[in-house]
Amino acid sequence: MAEIRLSGIGVSEGIRIGKVVRYDHSLHNPQFGDVAAADVAKEIKRFAVAKEKCSQQIEQLIEQAQQTVGAEKANVIKAQKSFLVDPTFCPEMEKLISKRLFSAEKAVDQIVKKVVAIFENMPNEYMRERAADVRDIGNRLLAALNGVTGINLGEIREEVILIADDLAPTDTVQLNKKYVLAFATQKGGKTSHTAIFSKTLGIPAVIGIGEGIAQIQDGETIIVDGTSGICIVNPDAETIRSYSQKMVIEAKAESVLEAYASLEAVTQDGYRVEIGANIGTTTDALYARDQGAEGIGLLRTELIYMSEDSLPDEEMQFKVYRDIVQVMGDKPVIIRTLDIGGDKELSYLQIPKEMNPFLGYRAIRLCLDQKPLFVTQLRAILRSSAYGKIKVMFPMISCLEEWRVARGIVEEVKEQLRAEGSSFDEGIEVGIMVEVPSVAILAKQFAKEVDFFSIGTNDLVQYTLAVDRMNEKIDYLYDHFNPAIISLLQNIVNAAHAEGKFVGMCGGMAGDSKAVPLLLALGLDELSMSATAIRKVKYTISQIELEKCRYLLEDVLQLSTAHDIRLKMESFCSENGI
Amino acid sequence: MIVEGILQNKTGFHIRPAQLFMEKANEFKANVTVRNEDGMEADGKSILGLMTMGFEFGSKIIIETNGDDEEKAGNALLELVNSKFGEE
Repeated sequence: MAEIRLSGIGVSEGIRIGKVVRYDHSLHNPQFGDVAAADVAKEIKRFAVAKEKCSQQIEQLIEQAQQTVGAEKANVIKAQKSFLVDPTFCPEMEKLISKRLFSAEKAVDQIVKKVVAIFENMPNEYMRERAADVRDIGNRLLAALNGVTGINLGEIREEVILIADDLAPTDTVQLNKKYVLAFATQKGGKTSHTAIFSKTLGIPAVIGIGEGIAQIQDGETIIVDGTSGICIVNPDAETIRSYSQKMVIEAKAESVLEAYASLEAVTQDGYRVEIGANIGTTTDALYARDQGAEGIGLLRTELIYMSEDSLPDEEMQFKVYRDIVQVMGDKPVIIRTLDIGGDKELSYLQIPKEMNPFLGYRAIRLCLDQKPLFVTQLRAILRSSAYGKIKVMFPMISCLEEWRVARGIVEEVKEQLRAEGSSFDEGIEVGIMVEVPSVAILAKQFAKEVDFFSIGTNDLVQYTLAVDRMNEKIDYLYDHFNPAIISLLQNIVNAAHAEGKFVGMCGGMAGDSKAVPLLLALGLDELSMSATAIRKVKYTISQIELEKCRYLLEDVLQLSTAHDIRLKMESFCSENGI
Repeated sequence: MIVEGILQNKTGFHIRPAQLFMEKANEFKANVTVRNEDGMEADGKSILGLMTMGFEFGSKIIIETNGDDEEKAGNALLELVNSKFGEE
C-alpha cells in the first residue's frame, strides 16, 4: 500500500506514530420520522428525559474540563450547557414535536441545522467555528434520544491515534494523553477550541485535513506531525525511520527543557539570577512550583477580588495568601496590593467611567482613597506573613508622597496587629512596582526609601512610549527594545544597586528569552514571568556567558532604534544557540 | 427603557460576553430585546440569539427592556457592556 500524505493545520506540536481509531459523530440509524398525535405527550417526555441526560453529561464534562484545562477554557463547555436552556433551542424543538408532530430526532435535527446555518454564514471566522459547538450539542441530544452513548473517549485504554470528522471541546477534554497519542480531524480551524484544548493538554494534533480523511481506515498505521501539520497514512519503512529520528530529537529537546525546570538559572561563567513566576491563584502557584519557579515575583491579587460579587473579607483573603505562601515553602512571595480601576472594573465598587482609564483613578490611587479596603487587604497579607516569606508591593506608584502614605498605612496595620496579638513577620519587606516613567527617572530617590523594586515593563513601555498596548493599529510602536526603555532600565537597576536594594522584573520582557541576555547584563536580581516561560528562560541563561552579555549591552547602548536592538538581540541569540 | 452601548471587546461578542449578558438578563423579570444598527434583533435571554447578532468591536448595541424592573435591567446590562464584560 502506498503511503498517503494529507496536510492540515498543526495546532499542537509533536510527532506521534500509531494505530488509527476512527471516531464518527453521525448516527447510523436515525429515526427522523413523525409521530401520531396521540403519542405527542410521550414524545415530549422522551425528549425531556434526553435533555436532562445530556445536561448531566455536560455538567460532568465541565468539572472534568475545569481540572484538566482550567476554569477559563471550561467556559466554552459551560456555554454549551446554556444552549440547552436557551429559549430559541429546546423550546423550538418542543414546538415542532407538539405542533407539527415531528419525532424528537427530526425536531432536534431541524433546529440544530437552522442554528448551525446561521453560525456558518457569519462573517467572523471565530463565530463560524461556533457552529461546531451547536452541532456537538445536537449530536449529544440525538445520542441521548437513541440511548446510544457512542465510544466513550475517556475510556480508551490502548495507545491510539484518533481520527475524527471533528472533535468538540466536550470530546477533547475527555482524551487521556497516555492513550490518545495524537489526533487529526477533517474540520476545524486555528482558533477552534479543540485547537486550544489540545495544546493545553499537550496532545499533538493536526486539524482541518479535509476530504482526504476518507482515505484513513481503522487499524492503519499513521504518523501525525502536529509541528508541521502533516499526516502520513501507511508510511513506508523509510518514512517511519526518518520520523522516528525526528521524534527522538524532539523528545530530547523536550527533556532538555524539562531538566532545566529543577535547575538554577546559572550562566556558563557562574552568574546566577533568581527566576520567579507571575501568578493569580493557588492553582497557578502549584503549577509554577512544578515548572521550577524559585519564588513568586508577582501575585496579582485582583483575581481574588474579581471572582467575588462583593469585596472579599480579610479572612477569605488571608486564607488564599496563606495557602499560596505554604505552597511555595521557604521561597519568597511578592504580593501586589489591589491593582484595579480604569479598565479593570469591579462591579461592586462603582467606579465612574473615565476618558483615560490608564491615567486615572486606579491601583494605589484608589486604595489610598478607599482606605478601609486597603487596610483589610494589608491585614490579610501581614497575617499570612507569619507562614512564609512574604513581601508587599504597591502598584502604580507615581510620586514619593504616595509611597510614603502607603508605607505609613502598613505601619498602622502592624501596630493594630501587635495590639491584637496577631503574629506577622516584623521584618516584612515593602517595595514598589516601577511602571510609571516618573519613578523610573527618580529611581535614585525612591531607592533610598523602598526595600525593593520590581519593574513592570508592560505599563512602563506603554507610558514611556505613549502607546496603548490594546490598540492594534499602533502595536508596531509597542516594543520593550525601544532604546528609551533600555536607558530607563539601566537607570533603575543602577539606582537600586547603589543603595544595596533588590531589583526584579515582573513584566512581559522578563519572560522573553531574546531579552534575557540584556537583562542579565543590566544586573536584574530576579526575573519573574508566566510559569510556562520558566524552563526556556533557565535554559537560555545556562547557554550564555555574563561577560559576553555585558559586551552585548555596550553595543546595544550605542544603537538608536528598537529595530536595530531587536536585530542585534536576535543575532546574539542565534550565535549562542538559543 | 431603551439604552445604547458600544461593544468594546476586541474579540467581539464571543462566548463569554454572550454568556454573561444572557445570565445578567435572566436576573430580571423584564423582557430584554437586543438590536443592532441594521435593525436585526434577538432575545437578550438567549445566548444563541446574542451570539448570532454578529456584534463586533465598535458595534452599537441597542438594548430594550420591558417590564416592572426594566430600568434596573437596562442599567445593569449597559454597565456590563461598558465594563467590557470584565475583560482587559
